Amino acid sequence: MTQIQRQRVLALTPREHLETLWDALGIRVDYRPTRGPETGMAMVRGRIGGTGRTFNLGEMTLTRASIVLIDGTPGDGWVRGRDKSHAELIALVDACARHEHWQRRIDAELIAPLADELAERREAASRTAASTRVDFFTMVRGE
Amino acid sequence: MYVAVKGGEKAIANAHRWQADRRRGDRRRPELEVSQLTRQLPLAVDRVMAEASLYDPELAGLALKQASGDLIEAVFLLRAYRTTLPRLAVTVPLQTDAMQIERRISATYKDIPGGQILGPTYDYTHRLLDFLLLAEGETPGPERSDRPLDPCPQVLELLDAEGLVERERDDGSEPVDITQEPPGFPADRATRLQMLARGDEGYLLALGYSTQRGYGRNHPFAGEIRQGPVEIEIEVEGYDAPVCIGEIVISECQMVNQFSGSREEAPCFTRGYGLAFGRNERKTMAMALVDRALRAGELGEPIEGPAQQMEFVLAHADSVEASGFVSHLKLPHYVDFQAELELLRRLRREHAERQAATTSTDSGEARA
Repeated sequence: MTQIQRQRVLALTPREHLETLWDALGIRVDYRPTRGPETGMAMVRGRIGGTGRTFNLGEMTLTRASIVLIDGTPGDGWVRGRDKSHAELIALVDACARHEHWQRRIDAELIAPLADELAERREAASRTAASTRVDFFTMVRGE
Repeated sequence: MYVAVKGGEKAIANAHRWQADRRRGDRRRPELEVSQLTRQLPLAVDRVMAEASLYDPELAGLALKQASGDLIEAVFLLRAYRTTLPRLAVTVPLQTDAMQIERRISATYKDIPGGQILGPTYDYTHRLLDFLLLAEGETPGPERSDRPLDPCPQVLELLDAEGLVERERDDGSEPVDITQEPPGFPADRATRLQMLARGDEGYLLALGYSTQRGYGRNHPFAGEIRQGPVEIEIEVEGYDAPVCIGEIVISECQMVNQFSGSREEAPCFTRGYGLAFGRNERKTMAMALVDRALRAGELGEPIEGPAQQMEFVLAHADSVEASGFVSHLKLPHYVDFQAELELLRRLRREHAERQAATTSTDSGEARA
């Protein structure tokens, strides 16, 4: 599991759920913020026709946080929206996962189950969409 | 011209207080929560986000509540809030082909890989009022298939092996950002799309419709419409790949339009593009029609309809600017109007004097 894969799963997990699982993991470590958490915006870019030149579609809210653990290990987190505790928690998990002894547990007991849940949520949504798949028949005029 | 006025603080405060009371309504009924708006009026929330040009469902719901449901006022509130936030990042361009499809239809090809997916829609309803919604009833959950969707590749990229449809290619150029530099005219297509994406839906709908009725006809087909969440990534210093920050829902419309060609290039279908935050299908269809209409000059077509006139279309598309300028007419214009009154009185006096002079000359001539 890479840092980028972890950050993705953590950002795609609702904060309250992440907090519950993190607390259950029992990793307790002191840390302090080094930047933020601060809320700002990201300019969302699209492509003309989906594949062409880029253009600016509009902005979205974004919150970022950087922390250091008591032993000086840094961690960063980014998340869509304005939830500062979510961004900070992502940064904390990121920092802890830089320690080898925590990394295995974080990946196996936090990130992997969350990734599975994400995949399940998406599969359920996909099956819902699939129930609205339609076949149109072309009628001959005058029929 | 507006001249600044002073005073009226008490009356203004009382007027705002009354407005807040009106917004709250009958106290015997529960107060509307913002989370109810975001969950139960999501299409209004999506429209506010798209036209405010800021994706944040909770803030758009708050704006909607604060504005008592006035969409244009809500757009204004959210757009104003936007100016208080710093820009932290620019995203990697959206990959709409990697969207988790909720809805995906094509009016040009019947059999498309992945199929025609209706998704949640009001299409094919009979537009009869549903009186059951007046009563408190249970709404059943959605149906689910046994199997998930097959992959849904972009229709126009896939089904056009013959090259009959114009291709959009990235030349790597950096787009203008109208939030950083005011747009000038003529504006390039990337700039136009940024302006159209925040444009008022009603206005774009009317202009798109006008092209269908013959004012700059461009023979559109809905090549593909898709809706659903897409993951958003940003580049972060010190990371070797883009970082995912979450997902947002977007709508995309690919129009296929009348063909063009030249001595050098074989004729092919041209395209119009619509993209918007949230579930804003009608908006993206209208946007695609207007995008195509605004390409008239580049494609060597005569500019005959209002929807093809770039400066006219783009300079009037933003509801925040439009409502601001129209609404300022309500502000005290006493001094300005006083000057007009003076001028008019003088003109009428002069007119009366001329009339009197003519009458006396006429009667003088009659006597002679």
